[in-house]
Amino acid sequence: MSGTFLGMPALPAYGHGNLNATEPFPKAAHRELGNAQLRANLGHATHTIRDKRLKVVAELPDWEDMRDSGSAIKNATMAQLPALLEQFEANFTARGGTIHWARDAQEANEIVTSLVRATGETEVVKVKSMATQEIGLNEYLEDQGIAAFETDLAELIVQLDHDKPSHILVPAIHKNRSQIREIFLREMEDVDPALTDEPARLAEAARRHLRKKFLTAKVAVSGANFGLADTGTLTVVESEGNGRMCLTLPDTLITVMGIEKLLPSWSDLEVFMQLLPRSSTGERMNPYTSLWTGVTPGDGPQNVHLVLLDNGRTAALADEMGRTALNCIRCSACMNVCPVYERTGGHAYGSTYPGPIGAILSPLMTGIKSEKNNSLPYASSLCGACFDACPVKINIPEILVHLRGEDVDSRRATIKVPTQMDLMMKGAEWAFSDGAHLGLLEKGLPLGRLAAGRDKVIKKLPGLAGKWTRSRDLPAPPGQSFRQWWARDHKAPDGVVPGTGTTNGTGTGSPTESEGGQA
Amino acid sequence: MKIALFATCIVDAMYPRTARATVAILERLGHEVVFPPGQACCGQMHVNSGYFKEALPVVANHVRAFDTDDYDVAVAPSGSCVASVKHQHELVARRCGDAALEARAAVVGAKTYELSQLLTDVLGVTDAARQLGSHFPHKVTYHPSCHGMRLLKLGDRQLKLLASVAGIELVELPEADQCCGFGGTFSLKNADVSGAMLEDKAANICGTGAELCTGGDASCLMHIGGGLSRQGSKVGTLHFAEILASTLDNPVPVAGDVQLAGGRR
Repeated sequence: MSGTFLGMPALPAYGHGNLNATEPFPKAAHRELGNAQLRANLGHATHTIRDKRLKVVAELPDWEDMRDSGSAIKNATMAQLPALLEQFEANFTARGGTIHWARDAQEANEIVTSLVRATGETEVVKVKSMATQEIGLNEYLEDQGIAAFETDLAELIVQLDHDKPSHILVPAIHKNRSQIREIFLREMEDVDPALTDEPARLAEAARRHLRKKFLTAKVAVSGANFGLADTGTLTVVESEGNGRMCLTLPDTLITVMGIEKLLPSWSDLEVFMQLLPRSSTGERMNPYTSLWTGVTPGDGPQNVHLVLLDNGRTAALADEMGRTALNCIRCSACMNVCPVYERTGGHAYGSTYPGPIGAILSPLMTGIKSEKNNSLPYASSLCGACFDACPVKINIPEILVHLRGEDVDSRRATIKVPTQMDLMMKGAEWAFSDGAHLGLLEKGLPLGRLAAGRDKVIKKLPGLAGKWTRSRDLPAPPGQSFRQWWARDHKAPDGVVPGTGTTNGTGTGSPTESEGGQA
Repeated sequence: MKIALFATCIVDAMYPRTARATVAILERLGHEVVFPPGQACCGQMHVNSGYFKEALPVVANHVRAFDTDDYDVAVAPSGSCVASVKHQHELVARRCGDAALEARAAVVGAKTYELSQLLTDVLGVTDAARQLGSHFPHKVTYHPSCHGMRLLKLGDRQLKLLASVAGIELVELPEADQCCGFGGTFSLKNADVSGAMLEDKAANICGTGAELCTGGDASCLMHIGGGLSRQGSKVGTLHFAEILASTLDNPVPVAGDVQLAGGRR
């Protein structure tokens, strides 16, 4: 923590760490699309979770009301975040915990390292946490000579394989069970060489491996799903019980939580404990929910810390159109229903936060000008499935469009040579801002029709349009536009049949060429 | 009723038959159709690509063309363009600081309907065969486009109208609610992902054994049809307005030397 108060920063404090794409999304997507195994695994996994979610959501008659409540509580939280943070700090401290404020990834990593060092330990066990992925804590600790062991099964798989998570909730969604067996056999000490790929056998191998860590670890590092301001309570919601082990057995517990994770009061949990499990794993209730409020003498960790992390969250909060992205409760419903995520997987997004929410959250936290994150808002067909699935009703498509606007404006200010897309948009602005302009252009339709040739199909176009004809044909334009037909041939329906034999050029009759008076 | 047709730019220039079918349906029901000549495009391509500055004159043009008392309601044969008129125009005007345009855009948006919305909710069409004489003896599958489904909440309006057409055999499309991958300039900017989505949509369509895939948005149908055509499939695409306009005496031909919406032959 800085000892000197430097006043309010003039520029937004943008986020750092694992929030950036390392290459433009289309390029990364191209590579990931080529991995047939990945696509098969993802298609299977996302469809399974999707169906489970739909089933349990349909059970609740008040699901839509609950989404409204979730959204309203989160909006209210963001509107009074500074006051709630101070309230939380007071309550957490009064109950024996210690609060640390971290402006960015670097500060948070330094704080956690110094807290671990103070215990004299060189190993920590970890509860699955997005915030620590975001700041790259494991790598940082390793550089400082501290080993961090992931204890969530999927995180363990990813860590053993020296890979990166590809999903918020199911970090190893891109692996199937035979791949997991292979990783365990290769990387796990003392593993039974006769291990099969039966899920129960794989879980048993992981359990044996982890049990030793739980019983010896003196320090645990966790994230948190919610922080309750009126009591100073932290919450972890999980499925495997590894979190419960980490949160109760070690002497020291260090939690890293984004400042947006607060809820005003304990009673707000009622809404979120219904929204979260149903949206994330498709369960009515998750198996383990741990809540802790400071220190309880003689029971559980006696040395309890919380690092409150900004890392670009206040920058996102400052964006009037984008701030609701902070309402995210990391359920991952949006990525499970996203047709783009389903095909590219999480790695294509680069950032710790993949899928639709990542495509808005990452650039909001880093700023749209940051590295390659300006390609993320375009990684969506704007189909809207994410908005429908979001338990706190984040209008992801609208924020994607807003960020595209920010990107275009920021490039306008810096890049002097217009791109093909810029020119196309400029041309279309002229064409579409006056009916007379469009009418004039439509006079050229027969020319396009001629160019399409005898089979009336365009198979190859130049430049940017060539991206269309890479996998799709384009039909030949018609001989005349609707506007032209209306002006020349349309008659009010008083029994007069307009004669228009030339519409399609091919001379074929269509009912719409002679429908007048047929009622 | 006096109904203003918003043809939409893509239908006006590429699929005039869809607009003519829309006119035919409305006139058959005894309504007067007018075509505000100033109209061009809803501006969605600009907005969804982030070109708000360029979108403003396009939005302003649409509002200028349709902000008159010369008609009762406006209709477009597109869920996507109507969603843009209803939801995006105010947003664009606000972002560009034009409060007067914002207010007028709200008025225009409020009286603009997607075709199946108008037919079902306003004009009371429940039986296309009886009320419109619709007759279409073909095996058809139906793709509900995303913006109609999710932004306008059209539900089963289009499908119900289709089901009431005489002679039609409707077959269910697996994974119907999945996006076809068009997404406007998404199909250019992320051509690979768009193509992968299209591949799955096309496979699902071909798997139904239908002769045609229908839907309510010419742009999505152009994308789907373009993919089917490239794969050499005989399955074409056709806007549902044309199916509703088809009658026993004047059938829409689906085979032979006919240019289908997006399909070939």
